[in-house]
Amino acid sequence: MNIASFAPLAVVLPILGAALTFLLIRHSHAQRAVSIALLSLTLLLECWLLASVWSGGTEAVNIGGWLPPWGIVLVVDQFSSLMLVVSSAVSLAVLVYATGQGMADGDQDAPVSIFHPTYLILVAGVSNAFLSGDLFNLYVGFEILLTASYVLMTLGGTGPRIRAGVTYVVVSVVSSVLFLIAIAMIYGATGTINMADLAIKLGELDQGTKTLLHVMLLVAFGIKAAVFPLSFWLPDSYPTAPAPVTAVFAGLLTKVGVYAMVRTETLLFPGDTLNAPLMVAALLTMVVGILGALAQSDIKRLLSFTLVSHIGYMVFGLALSSVAGLGAAVYYVAHHITIQTSLFLVTGLIERRGGSSSVDRLAGLAKLSPLLGLLFFVPAMNLAGIPPFSGFLGKLGLMQAGIGLGTPLAYALVIGGTLTSLLTLLAVARVWNRAFWRKPEDAEHPDPVLLAEAKDSATGHRAGKANVTLLPRTMVGSTLGLVVLGVALTVFAGPLFELANHSAAVMLDRTAYIQSVLGGNATVPELALGGGGK
Amino acid sequence: MSVNLTLLTVMGALYACGIYLILERSLTRVLLGLMLLANATNLLILATGGYAGLAPFFSKDTDPRAYNDPLPQALILTSIVISFAVTAFMLGIIYRTWVLARQDEIQDDVEDRRVAETPSFDAEDDAVIPAETSEFPLTMLGSDGAGVTDSSDTDLADSDSAATDSAATVKAGGKTILAEDAALEEKPGSANVHPGPEGGVK
Repeated sequence: MNIASFAPLAVVLPILGAALTFLLIRHSHAQRAVSIALLSLTLLLECWLLASVWSGGTEAVNIGGWLPPWGIVLVVDQFSSLMLVVSSAVSLAVLVYATGQGMADGDQDAPVSIFHPTYLILVAGVSNAFLSGDLFNLYVGFEILLTASYVLMTLGGTGPRIRAGVTYVVVSVVSSVLFLIAIAMIYGATGTINMADLAIKLGELDQGTKTLLHVMLLVAFGIKAAVFPLSFWLPDSYPTAPAPVTAVFAGLLTKVGVYAMVRTETLLFPGDTLNAPLMVAALLTMVVGILGALAQSDIKRLLSFTLVSHIGYMVFGLALSSVAGLGAAVYYVAHHITIQTSLFLVTGLIERRGGSSSVDRLAGLAKLSPLLGLLFFVPAMNLAGIPPFSGFLGKLGLMQAGIGLGTPLAYALVIGGTLTSLLTLLAVARVWNRAFWRKPEDAEHPDPVLLAEAKDSATGHRAGKANVTLLPRTMVGSTLGLVVLGVALTVFAGPLFELANHSAAVMLDRTAYIQSVLGGNATVPELALGGGGK
Repeated sequence: MSVNLTLLTVMGALYACGIYLILERSLTRVLLGLMLLANATNLLILATGGYAGLAPFFSKDTDPRAYNDPLPQALILTSIVISFAVTAFMLGIIYRTWVLARQDEIQDDVEDRRVAETPSFDAEDDAVIPAETSEFPLTMLGSDGAGVTDSSDTDLADSDSAATDSAATVKAGGKTILAEDAALEEKPGSANVHPGPEGGVK
């Protein structure tokens, strides 16, 4: 019995939790307890999976006893289990945060009781997408998480959320249709949708067909991952959702797209046929995204643009298709999931404390709540890539890999990456200067709440709105937990980078993946262009 | 592998109509477009199964080439279920839009419009910093003689103005101004600006 036999539980446990919380819809306390307990259990299981494949090894499990390539397989390797652990840790923190918010505001009979089941379904979809070794099952995973995200995006059904939700749903459905068309064409061309089997059979197709299928998959995943020029839907739709929902979307959903792109590039279409266009897309994503961020005055929108921008770094590492580049990209994905989510959670706290998320109105928060300042400052500097932090380490790895490749395009990416990093620093420093450092009376549209004397600085009650705790302990605690996790990524960067580089080497080699799914006798085709050797 | 031409034609027509409809601004039409796209894709998946044949898992003796490929049909079933869920959700959203706004149109992002109309000049970031930002007035510099230099010592290239030749000057805010003027500036109600030959402050 191999360790991967327990992998389906990573999907089943959240779905079970969703069913239970749906039954408990009228008992909000039980609902919270069940969802937090099951998600913690899932996280523990995934930590165990990661620990068992930490030093290498790829395991596959056949669902329902159907043999590959006919049945569905779930594959546990270093990359997928690392993604599982990081995503579950982040979703657990966000769940605690949302629970704290719910308890603080008293939503006993608000429609948000649907939040817990939907949220757990979302987690199940994300886990399924990370584990899937079958292209159609990957599509199903995407659809599970997307359908859950539609509901979360339009939670409460207010005007702005419905408006943003419509754009989001239509764009997501179109990308899913593109993905499905790509699957149909791949099945038509090869007669299989098992990814390990495809890795062998796609190599036998002629170059034109291969490029067409490759481009179709990349466009479908590019929309989900918000790669420029397919990224315009994201800053439009994310900021209107409730703070915890935006946080988990920003952390996880685009990264699932990036994960799918990594699998496409390394497993299905190895070699460097489309690396040059990918590099150009990465450069444009970084630069255009961050220029958009500089124009924003709303922190949530600003962060959405930095999210788009930093997807560019991951595509950069992927497009290098070297062990160093891909390893740095793997590390960067783990770093960015944590940091971007914690920044959105802090923004939710800023909105509660300061009454707004616009830097035109916010002021003097550093004096009102130094803890909030710390919670914002650490991930913000981390995002910008200031030396001791993980953002710096990830970017450094990418730059080194880029210089190692040494082509003009790679140098352009290194320069673009540095510029983006500096502009990110400028964007978050603007937020810091305005929201935290300036005096309330200096604000352009000063907020009467902020100008008023704080009765109780840390957990003071908002003027005029009695019984609303501004900074509930659960919300601050879960945010702090995520910030600490982000710092831990820095402290344990050595072993993590080793893991990332090892997983990159395994992914570029492909042998372990194919043989674990199809059995040890499967012959792994030679790479036409030897992209892994660089 | 042979393909049914009718299916292909219908599929093409569905894609064309679907793409046309999702480019509309009316939500109901967008929904219809998405449904057409999903159904066209289902036909595409069906076409990948090859020409119609015997029912799958018919008998062990049947020639494998006579079977219909069952896998695409399983995929279609899944995809139908998914598009059903999405359609139901979209209908809910469209109804909600109608309840809220009494219109069936995609609306612009207000914040996006606002940001687009924001001038590139930012009062806080881009304003010219005034020459005098100190909270301590210039008289404090001039009164005890510190910071006051005689212009004959400094190599000021002000050959155009003869008035500054014999006067003491003070360096303030990156400019050099007359000590008298600096002192005058601090007196309440004084006319602290002498129009110079070019209209500026001497």
